[in-house]
Parts: sequence; C-alpha cells; structure tokens
Amino acid sequence: MRAAVIVFPGSNCDRDMAVALKAAGADVTMVWHKDAALPDGIDLVAVPGGFSFGDYLRCGAIAAQSPICKALVAHVERGGYALGVCNGFQVLTETGLLPGALMRNAGLKFVCKTVDLKVETSASAFTEGYNAGDTIGYPVAHHDGNYTVAPDVLDRLNGEDRVAFRYTANPNGSVSDIAGVLSENRRVLGLMPHPERAVDPAHGGTDGQALFRGLIGQFAEA
Amino acid sequence: MKARVHVMLKNGVLDPQGEAVRHALGSLGFDGVEGVRQGKVIELDLADGTPEATINDMCEKLLANTVIESYRVEVL
Repeated sequence: MRAAVIVFPGSNCDRDMAVALKAAGADVTMVWHKDAALPDGIDLVAVPGGFSFGDYLRCGAIAAQSPICKALVAHVERGGYALGVCNGFQVLTETGLLPGALMRNAGLKFVCKTVDLKVETSASAFTEGYNAGDTIGYPVAHHDGNYTVAPDVLDRLNGEDRVAFRYTANPNGSVSDIAGVLSENRRVLGLMPHPERAVDPAHGGTDGQALFRGLIGQFAEA
Repeated sequence: MKARVHVMLKNGVLDPQGEAVRHALGSLGFDGVEGVRQGKVIELDLADGTPEATINDMCEKLLANTVIESYRVEVL
C-alpha cells in the first residue's frame, strides 16, 4: 500500500503519521504543499495535524487552497482513500471532502489529553480493525475541534452510519459528541483525535494501531 | 477601489468567544449586555472596476466558510 503524507508549512504531526503508517506496513512518501500532483500509484493520502499556515483566516482554510489539495480532491474523486487527523480534519472540511466545520472549542481552551472514544461503526477500511461499541483511547490536542454541521446533514451522517467515533466525555462541544466522520463512499475519514500518537507502548497506548493495520491490511488482501 | 468584507457566524451558530466577551463585560460592571457576536472584518484593496460578483466569489471560496459563517460585502 502506497501512502502520501502532505506537509504544509506549520504541519507538526507529519512525521508521526509517516512513522505510524510505516509501522503498519505502508510505503510512505512525503509530499510538499506546493506539489501540484501526487506520486503515481498512491492509495492513501494522509493530511496530518499541526497548524498549517499558522491557522490564519480559519484553521485549514489556506491549506485547502494549496496546489496539493487540488490533487487530493482529484484523488478522492477517483475513489482514493484519505485520512485527515486534527488539522488534517479541518483541511478536509475546508476542501468540502467532508461535511461540516470545526469551530473554536466550546470551553475556549486548548484541550490536550487522552480521551475515550466509542467506535460507532466498523464498516470502513479505517475502523474495520475495531468492533462497533469498542471504547478506545486516543490523544487529542486542539483548540478548534468543536464539530458543527447543519441539522439535516447530521441526520444524514447518523442515518448513513457515517459517524466513525464519538467522545464518551465531550471535550470541545462537538455536536452529538462527534469525534470523526466518514465520507459518503466511506473512503475519507476525518477525526480530531490522533491515532498516530497511540501506536507504540512508549506513547502510553497502542489503540491507534488497529486503525493503521486495518487500513493497510485491506490493501494487502486486495 | 476598496471593499470591506464582514464575516459573522450565522445566526443560530453558538459563538463561544462572543459569549466569553459578554461575560467579561458583565464582570466589568456593564449591565444589560444581552448578547455579543464576534466576527471579522477583511479589507480588500482591489483593482478599480472589480465587479461585486468577483468579491462575492472570493467570499464563497475562501474568506468565509459558508457552512458556519455569513458575509456581507461593502464597496467603499
């Protein structure tokens, strides 16, 4: 499985993402935001956490207009996979690849801790390594993770089983405790918590391994 | 020409920063502040004759996130 990790000015989880993907067996290439095309044969594009372009204007807004994001949109439109974590989730909503928006945390504070998440669906390449109903721990570290979406779109997300993870104790005011959502074709996942920071015992937890192993395992079977 | 773009959270979208400002005004002794909404003002220095439709396009594509924000263009 070939993965590309996008690097924006201000990304700071790009190398962690690459380490997590490699540990699960992916062949990883880093791509720069000014690149207008992805390398050939990329299966997954990972949009990492950080503070791309200093969070100017809105988190992810400037990054979403970068040349590589046009290539990302084309990749997803071809049926490619994409994973956006934290700032990457914000970028995916700003590109329109995922619905909704991430607003300032309801408590106005930067939240940095490990949170419990309930896996809501195992019906995606990202979550098939878990069982629906599992409780897992991923770290969060964000100031703007308050997921907001129009009520009719929220109904669709629920109706189509597209909420991947919910917080068991909501840290940021997200509607319906949503921590991560899937695209309509279930090949794009955006989430605020960091699975790539939970893949090694030295991280303090390894609950993120199943996400990367499950995802990469799908390609091994194919 | 210049244009000023006002970006505000849509009505009905909770504005936690505005709410914090409201609390702070109350604790300074300003009574009767029933609501505060915080937005942004973006000033654009544009080539003369830039059509308003183009400015609206800038708002739709970048300056505002229309999922949560509304905008108003003021040509100066």
